[in-house]
Amino acid sequence: MADATFKVFRGDRETGELLEYQVPIAPGMVVLDALHYIQAHQAPDLAVRWNCKAGKCGSCSAEVNGRPRLTCKARLDALPLDEPISVQPMKAFPVLKDLVTDVSWNYRVNQKIPPFTPRPDAEWKMDQREVDRVQEFRKCIECFLCQNVCHVLRDHEKKEEFGGPRFFVRVAGLEMHPLDSLSRTELLKNELGIGFCNITKCCTEVCPEDIHITDNAIIPLKERVIDDFYDPVRWFLRKLAGRKG
Amino acid sequence: MTEKYETREHDILIIGAGGAGLRAAIEALAQGASVGVVCKSLLGKAHTVMAEGGIAAAMSNVDAADDWRTHFRDTMRGGKFLNNWRMAQIHAHESPERVRELEQWGALFDRTADGNILQRAFGGHSFKRLCHVGDRTGLEMIRTLQDRGVHMGFDVYMECAITRLLKDGERIAGALGYWRENGRFIVFKAKSIVIATGGIGKAWRITSNSWEYTGDGMALAYDAGAELMDMEFVQFHPTGMVWPPGVQGILVTEAVRGEGGVLTNKDGERFMQRYDPKKMELSTRDVVARAIYTEAREGRGTEHGGAYLDISHKPAEYVKKKLPSMYHQFRELADVDITKGPMEVGPTCHYMMGGIRVDAESAQTNVPGLFAAGEAAAGLHGANRLGGNSLSDLLVFGRRAGLAAAAQAKQAGPTAIDDAQVKDGTREMLEPFERTDGDSPYDVHRDLQETMQNYVGIFRNEEDLNRGLNELQKLKQRAAKVRVDGSRLFNPGWHLARDLKSMLTVSEAVALSALERKESRGAHSRIDYPNYDEQWSKLNNIIARDGETMRLRHRTIAEMPEDLKQIVDQS
Repeated sequence: MADATFKVFRGDRETGELLEYQVPIAPGMVVLDALHYIQAHQAPDLAVRWNCKAGKCGSCSAEVNGRPRLTCKARLDALPLDEPISVQPMKAFPVLKDLVTDVSWNYRVNQKIPPFTPRPDAEWKMDQREVDRVQEFRKCIECFLCQNVCHVLRDHEKKEEFGGPRFFVRVAGLEMHPLDSLSRTELLKNELGIGFCNITKCCTEVCPEDIHITDNAIIPLKERVIDDFYDPVRWFLRKLAGRKG
Repeated sequence: MTEKYETREHDILIIGAGGAGLRAAIEALAQGASVGVVCKSLLGKAHTVMAEGGIAAAMSNVDAADDWRTHFRDTMRGGKFLNNWRMAQIHAHESPERVRELEQWGALFDRTADGNILQRAFGGHSFKRLCHVGDRTGLEMIRTLQDRGVHMGFDVYMECAITRLLKDGERIAGALGYWRENGRFIVFKAKSIVIATGGIGKAWRITSNSWEYTGDGMALAYDAGAELMDMEFVQFHPTGMVWPPGVQGILVTEAVRGEGGVLTNKDGERFMQRYDPKKMELSTRDVVARAIYTEAREGRGTEHGGAYLDISHKPAEYVKKKLPSMYHQFRELADVDITKGPMEVGPTCHYMMGGIRVDAESAQTNVPGLFAAGEAAAGLHGANRLGGNSLSDLLVFGRRAGLAAAAQAKQAGPTAIDDAQVKDGTREMLEPFERTDGDSPYDVHRDLQETMQNYVGIFRNEEDLNRGLNELQKLKQRAAKVRVDGSRLFNPGWHLARDLKSMLTVSEAVALSALERKESRGAHSRIDYPNYDEQWSKLNNIIARDGETMRLRHRTIAEMPEDLKQIVDQS
């Protein structure tokens, strides 16, 4: 069987380079298989995150030929093999080593989001149609590829002011839960900076779970924020009710 | 020179952040304890995330006639009566409440027409019993527990691996671990420890399990003096992917059969008619796995040595709705559209019924202060686990372990960390860096997987098992001398060198127990002893450490009370 050539980023926080490896091709092979081959035969200390190898855990995100994706789903037979395949870590996060990046910022953002808080009178009956809408958001496997491609994070590095698409999806799952009682629009507007998103849909395009992040999560949430904070009638009512703006 | 290390202190340390570990943490937090959770991967990536089919609980939302008694009976029958009957009773009793609780914490299950949690059919369950979310139930469960735990305030030590339990006399006092990121050591001081590290599937070549599944918790507990039980019972899931090579072993959920999927051989024959004409495709996993394996061995297999599994007779939209991840998995990894044609499937190592021996009520091991829950613990499933009983196991016994660990921590006096144990542990970890020769850990791992696959697989006999044990001894010697290249920074070769040790300990326990049990029962099939043996129906194999030697003894199963006997005997 023929070989494929890989150029894999090897390095740490400070420095690094693309190193070349030859890997024999097998039918149906994916990039993650090639990385495992490299570990077993050429570079035992090559750092890679992975778990399920079936697109369910979202651990093995990297940039293959410059395109962010899950390496467990990146088939070699869909890549041009006449030139080296480059594999690099996600760009929006600091490199720890090789293909492993520091994604801890995501976990800190998640902690800011008030959890599901059911209505006190909830009877725990729900219609499948209401549930369908939210289940789309709950499909998220936290691969952080949407965070990686979002230009607010990738190019402008607004990690202090902006939560990123992953967490708009999470908030949408809570806000649209049929039995949830909280409003998280203030959080969206201030802490998560939803206004920075100018709906270029990069996140939607890269989502391996086909979640319609922009159309189904971000735009409806932006509308809720506008309703709550920029609609003059609601603004007046809120003043009357004494809620904090 | 003594290696430097940082020290953290908690009332309770939980090792493993899958369903059992997270549920234990939530319960311990609710008791007011300080809780640390250690996991080898990032939070939310544990193996539970890959569970697909559902959570078994007799909620009676779809089949009104279901109740805990029937669930108990199904579990005992599925486990060929080797189960700890008290655990099976507790599990059947408490599962519905644990599922309702998940829903109240934000989990969104598929619904019935009248708005309740929908339940589906599964192998060995008499009624439609599995609460589910399409075929991604595990993801829903882990996300729900993760968010609940984070907001209740546990400390998570992500990408941190435990290499040794530390003791103060007979009692548990803490654990030694290292950070995967930078290779530095960390010592946890704790009054109780809950082991929730899952199974050992990575010791086999064809497996549905991820790199994490190296039997760490079982080996750590064994080293600390805990007993292992029922180690011969390894579940081979009937349906893993078989082609292309890179995806071999990846799980194909039993929900495909639950939703009406049909198994055929290369002649188009629905062969389950010959193995279990009554339950057909929804027979228990041990029976279906042996059937597929036998069909292939006798020349009736598919091109790549499996069987066909077909759901394409159902409407395409229905398949995509109920089995979305299977649809994507086959389309993207195998170029198969499951709404149009059959999948090729074959057995894959999936689950360990055996594990650490625990008390049914409290999940406590025989080591004071040490608890275990989930796949790492033994007892509930006996000789064979029913699909869907794992997720409920995690919730029911995860909660009980958290409760008991918190009670133990409250009444426990002060313990001290013994620096000599820490020193010995760090020395052991750093040794491989000093070697200039020796095998690569990847080579030893590959040979271990071949050994377990070939000699301790679905069908066993005395000759193979002896050969397997012999090979394991040689592998142990090689593993003790592996060489590690590179630095301590995120070095998977180094991590594997340590994981090998756990895999080898647990593999030896499996092979030894399999050699000892001279009968066939559930997932343990001896070609040389093909039938049930009445004597063995009352015995568990127990493995414990005696110095450097692994010892096996028998333990008589306690007599079942009359009321439970009556339930089991009903037809």
